[in-house]
This record gives sequence, structure tokens and C-alpha cells, in this order.
Amino acid sequence: MQIKPVLSALQKHRLAALLIVLEIALACAVLCNAGFLIASRLSAMQLVSGVDESSLGFIQLEGFDPKVANDLNARVVAGLGAMPGVQSVHVINSVPFGPQAGAFGVTLDQAGKQFRGVPELYLGDPGTPEALGLKLVAGRMPGAQDYQSVVEGYLPASSNVLITRTFAQRLWPGEDALGKTFWTGKNQFRVIGVVANLSVQQYDEEGERGAQWTVFVPTKSGPPLAGTYLIRADPQALDRVMVEARTVLARIAPDAVFDHQQSDTLPVLRERFFATDRAMAGLLVGVIVALLGVTALGIVGLTSFWVAQRRKQIGIRRAIGATRGDILRYFQTENFLIVSFGIVLGVVAAIAINLLLMKVFEVPRLPLHYLPIGALALWLLGQLAVLGPALRAAAVPPVVATRNV
Amino acid sequence: MFGYYLDLALRSLRRNRVLTALMVLAIAVGIGAAMTTLTVMHILSGNPLPGRSAQLFYAQVDGDPMPHGGNHREPPDMLDYQSATDLWTAHRADRQALIVDSQLKATAPQSNKPALMLTMLATTTDFFPMFAVPFQYGGAWTAQDDTQRARVAVISANLNDKLFGGENSVGRTLRLRDSDVRIVGVLKPWRPAPQFYTVAGGRFANGDTAGYFGRPEDVFVPFRSALEINDGAFQPFNCWGQPSAPGHLQNAPCNWIGLWVELGSHAKVAAYREFLDHYAQQQKALGRFQHAETRLRDLMGWLDFNHAVPRNARLQTWLAFAFLGICLFNTVGLLLAKFLRRAGEFGVRRALGASRRAVFAQCVAEAALIGFIGGVGGWLLSLLGLWLVRRQPTPYADLAHLDGGMFFLTFALAVVVSVLAGALPALRASRVPPALQLKVL
Repeated sequence: MQIKPVLSALQKHRLAALLIVLEIALACAVLCNAGFLIASRLSAMQLVSGVDESSLGFIQLEGFDPKVANDLNARVVAGLGAMPGVQSVHVINSVPFGPQAGAFGVTLDQAGKQFRGVPELYLGDPGTPEALGLKLVAGRMPGAQDYQSVVEGYLPASSNVLITRTFAQRLWPGEDALGKTFWTGKNQFRVIGVVANLSVQQYDEEGERGAQWTVFVPTKSGPPLAGTYLIRADPQALDRVMVEARTVLARIAPDAVFDHQQSDTLPVLRERFFATDRAMAGLLVGVIVALLGVTALGIVGLTSFWVAQRRKQIGIRRAIGATRGDILRYFQTENFLIVSFGIVLGVVAAIAINLLLMKVFEVPRLPLHYLPIGALALWLLGQLAVLGPALRAAAVPPVVATRNV
Repeated sequence: MFGYYLDLALRSLRRNRVLTALMVLAIAVGIGAAMTTLTVMHILSGNPLPGRSAQLFYAQVDGDPMPHGGNHREPPDMLDYQSATDLWTAHRADRQALIVDSQLKATAPQSNKPALMLTMLATTTDFFPMFAVPFQYGGAWTAQDDTQRARVAVISANLNDKLFGGENSVGRTLRLRDSDVRIVGVLKPWRPAPQFYTVAGGRFANGDTAGYFGRPEDVFVPFRSALEINDGAFQPFNCWGQPSAPGHLQNAPCNWIGLWVELGSHAKVAAYREFLDHYAQQQKALGRFQHAETRLRDLMGWLDFNHAVPRNARLQTWLAFAFLGICLFNTVGLLLAKFLRRAGEFGVRRALGASRRAVFAQCVAEAALIGFIGGVGGWLLSLLGLWLVRRQPTPYADLAHLDGGMFFLTFALAVVVSVLAGALPALRASRVPPALQLKVL
């Protein structure tokens, strides 16, 4: 296929061709950036919590007198534990996707000089790591002697803790974390075990805190650790257990208020946590579909016009020996050229828009592989859109040439 | 003449229905997307107290002694107890209100409704007139109630409906944790957007500020009474040391209280700024403060500083306008195709004596008509879009409605956009040389 005659024909329709080029360029720029935003939302939703989500539920009670905390804990653990289908009940401060319960800045030294970030702390009573289903990769799980009471403030003065692999690397890059100590204020932590994953409660992609920056502090239940419970149940029974737990709690803990917002199964809490991400991804997908649709319609409209305008020329070409395939390929080549110009401009615009978004909205840099994918999508779209009008052009009979000359 | 052009436009639109439908659809979709996001932005970036906001100021001093990098540092978003009460008791402004939120359990002793967890706003009596809070029954408590730590409360319409079935509950008793308080006022439904008086910490929120658009508290209690009633349940904004008793922050090294002041004139604003600076200098001299920075931002300035418009909403607006741009290019292309196809017709008109301007006007009239029809479609689509927004899991979802101004803006935007889109093709059409076209006929 010769490109030169196509180009010189386009010269006659500079303005219309320029408009399509600009439309394709803008579509390419928006497509790449929106696609990247969708991908980053979807990848955020893949967050590994490190716990057996399908077996776990979280319950939060509020409004009780702190003086009765021990009594309340005993009543709830016994009462919920007796429900059919429940495997165990533990007092825990929060769960992944649950309310944010404790973020503490930590340092490697007691003097507080070597600051290493603000991880989230999980506090739980004996058996909690096993109930969560944490996977140990080094060291040991806390034994009965490691669970201590909180005397003052929120934490035991000194405790033997579990940390995640990621956070261990953060504290001591390339070293073995077992047996090492770190501090938050006057409270000391000694690492006895490293777990594969345990995600933070409310992960914020753009925050300073990494998704797995967590520490598990073995604690005996009692103030301030009260009113928040982890239920482990048979996955098939979990939904029923969480519903029935409300009636059981109304009976055994009438003095406390059941928090309907925060108390739910982990799969539900997870879904709710990502609801905005999912909604935004859905919206972006909708925009992309509408955008590609509008662009395709624009191409169809303009090519149809060109075909109608050039009926006579097509007829002449057919009369002097061009095949249907030649006519078809002519319009396909023309579209390919226009879309290619659009893509060249669009790639530049995509990078420019991304730079702008990076500045205004702090989104990350657009990975370069989005550009060829976006270009390919638009080439395909252009060829699909042009097919109808091009086939109509190919169907123009040579006899048209003999009329009206 | 305009009527004639409109008639021509209608005929022309009817002649090529598919092309017309494509153009109307493109404009409708673009306008629908743009207006949906514009309406949301309009709601989110609106002034919650038009007319009064310029007289309301948020006062900040810096009670946090921790050293931070940089020469110029922002004071924390809230005040420590000592600074807050010092500034409030000085009564240097026309009106002043302390603000702190906390959670507590509430029951209505006479009813058998289950206990509720509520957010209680601890504030002072000026809060109600300052922020033009509307009352349905009763009114605010008195200044005397503030100083005497009276056990009184104002409740929201929502709570009044829940506990008392919407009756006049003034004089009835509400149990807040272990204290009985007498209801002195019931608010009308009140939904400032954002809930501006508790806005703080926006610069640490990474753009996720949808929470500012939640509903106001359900119960309002005099500041000092509230600190006693809900002792042990107060959350700090930030601390520079561990509080000795969790939830009791009166002597704790923490910032946790907001202070709003009303200042009626520029002179008063200047005087108050000076007062704040003087206070900070004095506290620094006494050794309680390390930093003498102060701030006094007006309401809109404070919202702006906190980036109150959520980033998702701003991103969606950008996206919608890029989309409208694509629809616009599309329409320009299609109009160009349409007008140039009728070159013969325009040639005849020109040959019969129509001026270039007349042909131009005819084409623009046609574009405007397409814009208007597209505007109707865009209006319907933006109603659909706002319905979708209302189904989103965001706190401001219930606010997303099209108001009168935005309704007219929809049509104005549609017509302006399509006239702009039509201008270039119309110009080309009006330049059609009559002779050349007539030769072909």
C-alpha cells in the first residue's frame, strides 16, 4: 500500500484530520492515565492481611464502665465462646481493616534518637496469634509467660513481641531480627518471632506507614484492652455467628453498646475498607468505555462523510482497475496514519498529564508500558471503527464513475 | 431571521438523523459527566456560612515544645487545655467558642429505647449564634451555665426523632454516661457542608478528607460540664508525651481543643492577632512555649488550608473535563463534516445574495440547537450521575443534588460548548466560494 497518495488526500482535509488527531491524542492521554489509576486501585485492593480472613470476625462494644472491663471481658469471652460453630474468642485491640487502635513511633535506642517509623501495634490475649492464623517464619510464638498485664498507659513496660518480615527488614536491614530490641518511649520490645504478614488496620497508600508495619504485643486482657473481640469460627458458620452474637451480647452485656459499624466479619470489613477504591475504579472504567465509544463514533461519523464525499473518486479508481480490497485498505491505511499521529501527540500528552497529576494529586509516575498498551488499544479501536464505512466504500460500484461526469 | 435559521437548522437536523444523534449524544455525555462532577465540587467547595464566614476565625498558638525541622513551622491544628482556656476566658473577641468532640453512651431514662453511642460536642454558648445554628424548640444555654458547669444539653433533630419521636423534648432528661442532663434546646435539621467547625488535620490526611462532610454531633453540652461528664474518653489531636491518665487531658501534654472567634471588623481582627502574638510571646517568656508562631485564619482560609475538598472529587472533575474536551473535538469534527457536505447548498445561498455572516449565523444557530438538545440530554445524564454519586459510600453522598443555579449552568454550558464547537466549521462553511459550487451543480 502506498502511503503517499493517502497523505496527499489527507492534505485536502487538514482541519477534519487534525480534529480526529487531537481527539485521538486526548483519548490516548486520558486512557493511559485512567488505566494506570485503575490498576493502582486494583493492586491496592490485593493487600495481603496475613490472617485467616474467612474464619474471623471482629466485635466492638462501647459505653461500658472501664471499672467493669475485666468482668465484661470474662462474660463476653465465655458467652460468645459457648455459641455453636465458634472455635475461639480472644480479646484483641483491633484487626486488619478494623478501627485504628494504636500507632506508636518506635526507635532502636532507649534515648529515642534512632527513629524508625510509626508502626501499628496489635495487642491480644493468650492464643490470639494462633487464632489469627499468623504464619511464623522465624523464632517462636509467644508462650504463656510472655503475656503480661498493662500496669500504666497502653502497653506493658517490657514485652516479647512478634513483628512482620517487612518491618524486621525496616528496623534491621539485612540482619536477623530475633532477640533484638526496640523502644517506644519508655516501653521496650524484644523480638521473639517473625511472621510472614500482618497488615495494618487502616492502610493508607500515600501515608508514611508501610502496609505490613505491625507489631504483635502479647498482653493479658483487662483495661485498657477490653470491649474489642476476635471471633474465630468455622467459615460456613461465621455469618450466622456474627448475627446471633448480637442477641447473645444483648443478654450477657446489657451495659455495653454494640458498635454496628465496626463489628462484622473480616471479609465484610475488607470489602467496606476498599469500597471507595472499588467505586473509583468502577467510575474510571465507565469513563474509559464512554470515552472510547465517543471516539469510535467520531471516527465512524467522519469516515462516513469522507466515503460519501469521495464516492465518485472511488468509482473512478474501481473503474480503472482497483479491487475492492484496494479501496478497503486505502481507508484502513488512512485511519492507521491518522491514529498514529494522534498517538504520537497522545503519548506526549499522557506524560504531561501524569506529571501534572503527580504534582497536584501525588499519584506515582506512569510506568512506560502503559503507553504501548494505550496505543495498541487506540489502533484497534480505529480499525474497528473504520471497518464499517470502509466496507461501504469498497462496495461502491465502478459504474458510479460513469455518471455525472 | 433567527426563527428562519432555527427552522433551517431543524430541517437540516432531521435530514441526517444518525449524524445528529451522534452529535447530540456526544454533547449530552460530555455535559452529563462535567455537570455531575461540577455539582459535587460546587457542594464540596461551597461556603458553609455565606455572609458570616469572613467574620469567623480559627485561632492557633503553639503549645508543643518539641523541636521540628525548618525555620518556619505551622502551629498544631488544635490547642492544649491551658492555652484554650486562657484565650477563651480573655473574651477579647465579639464571640468565642471552644470545641472538642468525644464519644459517649446516651439513654433517655423515660423511654425504653436501647442505649446509643453518640458524639458529644463540648462547646460554649456562643457556638449557636456564631454559627447561626437553627433551633426548633428552646434555645442555647446561658453564659452562666458555661461557668457553673450546668448539666444541660442541646440535641439534634435526628436524636430528638430517635429518642422522643420528634416532640418538643425541652425540659426532659437525657442520661449521658452516668450524668442526667436537662434538654434546653432542640435543633432544626442542620447539615453544614463541610462540618467546618471540627475540621482539623487536613494536611496529614493525604487528600482523604471526605470525613469532613459527615453529620454534626447529636448532643451539645457546655464545655466544662462535658469534660466532667465524659472524663476519661477524650482523644488528643497530638501529644508530646504520654498522658498520665488515658482520656483525661486537662493537664496532659496534648493538643485537643479548637477555638473559634467572631471578629466584626478589620480593626478587631488586627487587635486579636496582636493579642494572640502577645499571648504566645508571654508564654514563651514564661518557658511554657518554645515557639511563638500564631495563626488566625478565617473560615474559608482554614478550610482551604485543610484541603477540605477531597482529592477523589477533584480528580473526577479533571477527568470529566478531559472527557468533555474529547466530546467537543468529536462534535467539531462531525459538524465540519456536516457543513462541508452541504457546500452546494451554501453556494446557492451565497449566489442568491446571502452574506458570509448570514451563512455563518445559520451554521452557528444549528450548532446551538444541537447544544440545547444535548443540554437536555446532559441534564438527564447528570441527574443519573448524581443518583450514582448518592449511592457511593462517601459521607457527602446525601448532599449530591442539582440546585437551580447548576440546572441553568447545564444548559448554558451545553450551548456555549456547542457554539464554540460550531464556530470553526461555520467559519469554513461561510468561506465556501459560491461560483465553484454552482459549477458542480
